Amino acid sequence: MIKGDTIFRKISFVLALSIPLLFCGLFFVVLWESRLALKTFGFSFFFRSAWDPIKGDYGVLPFIYGTFVSSLLALVIAVPLGLGCAIYLAEVTTTKFKEWLATMVDLLAAVPSVVYGLWGIFVLGPIFGFSLMNAGVLLAIMILPTITSVSREVLQAVPESLRESARALGATRWETVRLAVLPPAASGIIGAIILGLGRAMGETMAVTMVIGNRPEISLNLFAPAYSLSAVIANEFAEAVSDLNYSVMVEVGLTLLFLSLVVNGLARFLVWKTSSQGRIQ
Amino acid sequence: MLRKLFVVFCLLSLFMSSKALWALTLNGAGATFPYPLYSKWFSVYKEISGVQINYAPIGSGGGIRQFTAGVVDFGASDAPMTDAEIKGAGGDVLHIPTVAGAVAVVYNLGEEGLKLDGQTLARIFMGEITSWDDEQIAKLNPDLRLPKRKIVVVHRSDSSGTTDIFTNYLTKVSARWAAKVGAGKSVAWPTGIGGKGNPGVAGVVKNTVGSIGYVELAYSETNKLPVVAIKNKSGKFVLPSVEGATAAMKGGLKNLPSDFRGEILNQPGADVYPICGLTWLLVHQNQVNEEKKETLKSFLRWAVTDGQKYAAQLFYSPLPEDLRTKVLSTIDSIR
Repeated sequence: MIKGDTIFRKISFVLALSIPLLFCGLFFVVLWESRLALKTFGFSFFFRSAWDPIKGDYGVLPFIYGTFVSSLLALVIAVPLGLGCAIYLAEVTTTKFKEWLATMVDLLAAVPSVVYGLWGIFVLGPIFGFSLMNAGVLLAIMILPTITSVSREVLQAVPESLRESARALGATRWETVRLAVLPPAASGIIGAIILGLGRAMGETMAVTMVIGNRPEISLNLFAPAYSLSAVIANEFAEAVSDLNYSVMVEVGLTLLFLSLVVNGLARFLVWKTSSQGRIQ
Repeated sequence: MLRKLFVVFCLLSLFMSSKALWALTLNGAGATFPYPLYSKWFSVYKEISGVQINYAPIGSGGGIRQFTAGVVDFGASDAPMTDAEIKGAGGDVLHIPTVAGAVAVVYNLGEEGLKLDGQTLARIFMGEITSWDDEQIAKLNPDLRLPKRKIVVVHRSDSSGTTDIFTNYLTKVSARWAAKVGAGKSVAWPTGIGGKGNPGVAGVVKNTVGSIGYVELAYSETNKLPVVAIKNKSGKFVLPSVEGATAAMKGGLKNLPSDFRGEILNQPGADVYPICGLTWLLVHQNQVNEEKKETLKSFLRWAVTDGQKYAAQLFYSPLPEDLRTKVLSTIDSIR
């Protein structure tokens, strides 16, 4: 019995360890493959706007900007929509309609991103042009199911006793949600939003198809822009020269790093809100 | 039960190993541009000869990389390998041209029959001509009513052989383009929107009034987009076509170096369409495996002779007769 437990523990330890190992391996390969670009451009690579494959002059600032702003736009649109939908599903309705609506939302997640991209070209294209706005709206729709489903689960996990207490104190339905349900669910909802943000930042195909692919920083949301993942998708396959190849990998490194920073910030936010919740 | 499974397993592995022994397999990787034709070739050739050819359309760059690393038996590319790349791959690389393709300039203006010359095209793509009613365009199109509308330039966002052909053409016809932008699979575009792949560019052009872009011939034909007639070296305005690119190969034949690493842009001849390019298969001249060598050679021979008849229906231009003869003697030099 004891022996079995030891074996079980060892096996599960190895399995658990394989994931951080995989991540470290990935990180080091990316770092190693981008050494030529790192050496050539140094840190200025991250703070310059330049993209001339013929002269071999590269800087990724416009791509960072594009990734950031398009994802942010997506959040601004998707969070109120998704959260509203989740609250409706978890707190307001109890009918058959609820099941149907929840299924519809989940179905959105099953649509392949190429299809979203095509829809972006043909439907959003004539309205928004090929721009940050187009990409933002498209991404908002794509991350909506993530935010909605996860938030709904979180809201449903809030103990019924909290709602009953609020109602017993004479709270209206809105007050119950605002005072009794949302505060304990806050950290989970932030988690849901982060999950959506992660998807938005990494989304490649759909964004490439609608963002306009112009490496320029423009404050106009209706001007074409570019994103980190899009430039990898666009140029990696045909990167022949060593420098070009290395630059592409460094763009990947930038994206990895950006995701890490955003994720870290998010963890911090979740930790902050959940510890605050506990104090109250 | 276990015994049964074991027997089945043994039989299965026997079957699979025998198949691997008997079926000849060639592996290739590279260009996406000729992929529709190549996949047609490989399936037809399998029926004829039983030879299985696997091809991964991962892009010319990836194809050259895998070919250099020795992962595949042949590579495929829309741009010839440079001297340094050939040296890196062992020095014995042969370029076998298979077909040529025309690059069509498409636009969305509500008017058909637009005509342009190379210099005007270069100025449009440089952002120097910004409105459709510009004098220089009007002079070439006296019969058209050109609107006062902003020109939206659309180019490929992904790095591609199509862009390489198009920018090489602009470099050839415009000194200013050559100095300011240059040519390559991916360039620093002075203006415009990037569309992903041929479908992306075609989609953006279709949905943006006032736009102009470039796609492979197959996409302008299947998307029913209006195409620009381009002025060729002989001063004639020619629409892109399968025949136009074959004429370009004919016209460019004597300028083509003996290793076929050249271009067929802006060639002389009345029927020549000026914006087209070759695509190549990359093979080693010195083959290690005798059996593989023979298989490869007979496939290549078939591809540049009988295989050529499948080209036109997929909008690729077959090699002209005199070029085929030259290519065949190169194939014979594989040893």
